[in-house]
Amino acid sequence: MSGTAPQPTTAAANPPVQPMEAGFGTRDLVRVSATADLPAPDRQLTKLAKLIDVSKCIGCKACQSACVEWNDTTPEIGENVGVYENPHDLTPDMFTLMRFSEWENPATNELEWLIRKDGCMHCEDPGCLKACPAPGAIVQYSNGIVDFIHDNCIGCGYCVTGCPFDIPRISKTDHKSYKCTLCSDRVAVGQGPACAKACPTKAITFGTKDDMLALADDRIEDLKSRGYDNAGVYDPEGVGGTHVIYVLHHADKPGIYSDLPENPRISPIVEGWKGVTKTAGMAAMGVAAAGALLMGLFSRGNKVEAEEEVAAERLVRDREDI
Amino acid sequence: MARLFYSERGDHIESTEPVRVSRYRGITRLNHWITAGSLILLALSGLAFFSPSLYFLTGLFGGGQIARWLHPILGVVLFLSFALLFLQMWRLNLPRPEDTTWVTRIGDVVTGHEERLPELGKYNAGQKFIFWAMSGLILVLIVSGVMMWQQFFDGLVPIQIRRIATLIHALAAVAIILVFILHVFAAFWVRGTLRAMTRGDVTGGWAWRHHRKWLREVAGRGDRGPAE
Repeated sequence: MSGTAPQPTTAAANPPVQPMEAGFGTRDLVRVSATADLPAPDRQLTKLAKLIDVSKCIGCKACQSACVEWNDTTPEIGENVGVYENPHDLTPDMFTLMRFSEWENPATNELEWLIRKDGCMHCEDPGCLKACPAPGAIVQYSNGIVDFIHDNCIGCGYCVTGCPFDIPRISKTDHKSYKCTLCSDRVAVGQGPACAKACPTKAITFGTKDDMLALADDRIEDLKSRGYDNAGVYDPEGVGGTHVIYVLHHADKPGIYSDLPENPRISPIVEGWKGVTKTAGMAAMGVAAAGALLMGLFSRGNKVEAEEEVAAERLVRDREDI
Repeated sequence: MARLFYSERGDHIESTEPVRVSRYRGITRLNHWITAGSLILLALSGLAFFSPSLYFLTGLFGGGQIARWLHPILGVVLFLSFALLFLQMWRLNLPRPEDTTWVTRIGDVVTGHEERLPELGKYNAGQKFIFWAMSGLILVLIVSGVMMWQQFFDGLVPIQIRRIATLIHALAAVAIILVFILHVFAAFWVRGTLRAMTRGDVTGGWAWRHHRKWLREVAGRGDRGPAE
């Protein structure tokens, strides 16, 4: 080993080839599912982000291939139903998916072919992690990566309920939840995500979040000079910002990009379930159980008296005499 | 045979000195304990998913994965088992005028002044509450539970509906655990009750004190039930 891998600031550069210690790990965890009182890490990693510039994407699916290759998944061979999406949806074996939509722009009366690379957004406030009941199954590192630790996953699907973007998929084979890892294993050894590395048009870039936001600003300026007045960045505040961000040419209408949510946030139903329901429910059950136990132990109980036995005997005898 | 208002056909006087009255036949007791067992296991595994502080309960089942797999299967067992219990018990759990009186004199119930309460059939209003609360909550739990059953029913309902189902499932689960606690407490507190679900019979005094109309009807029938 020769030193620790640096935090990658780009996916384009070739990675170091000598063996190195991972650049981040369990000591950098800032959130762990179903775990309270996590000690704060003693250092803060630079926030990372993947920028997906929708205006530069040509829909070649090299990112999908790279993702399959790196993660060694084997998506099922699908069936052509006359659409470009392949496979038809995210699966436990396909962590990222090019979604294609045709949109008629009312301003220009022209058809626009919108292609969005779908996958985990790596929310700063992850709904999956909030919903997860299994300690340590979902973790968040201080660089912003949200990762599933499959050894701890129980396959309940609560992360699906918690996610505002409908991303996690549960395997029917091993009953564990899967999604994009932002190539945490590559990032840990100084490399960028496989999809970003494979992208031929640099529609996908990777680096520090600050750099990616700056790059997005350049791109937005360029798009605006080309007549896309509503070009903008998609880094939704409702989930505290994300570590996968988009440049959209129509940032005022994210919904046209295959239903990208307008203002995603953790559902208030999920917040209510994991918040007040849990606290009040535990208190109610605890008080009831303790109260019943104490009453049961110390109260005299409702006892039948001797004369009632006699009364019953008289009643039964009298009836039989009839 | 005359129509029965306060008792089941199988209820009968087992012995006269001392009086013992058969309350639940063997098959009903077996049915009850399967229901009880599955409810307890469901509560233990469900609580593990409800709060991280109780996640250790998955250890009773062999880990989180197995608990996750088993919980909904036990749910189906509970539903079917309770359905059979329901069919045997619903008729005598229908509300009757004396239930209103009983409820308004709940203070006398709690302080054990049975002599100030109306004569009752096989079930009092409290037992009827337990019965109908269990029935309603089990129905809510099975319906919302199926919507959350990832392994076999993912995609059955949209995610937004699943979120609502999950919240309702949690609320109903808390409610049924509270009802369960009340049920168990009452069975212990009212001395002489437990044997109705273990040995199947109760003493004459117990029947006289708590369910006199039931006792009158059973005694008045004259027959000794199908066993004799």
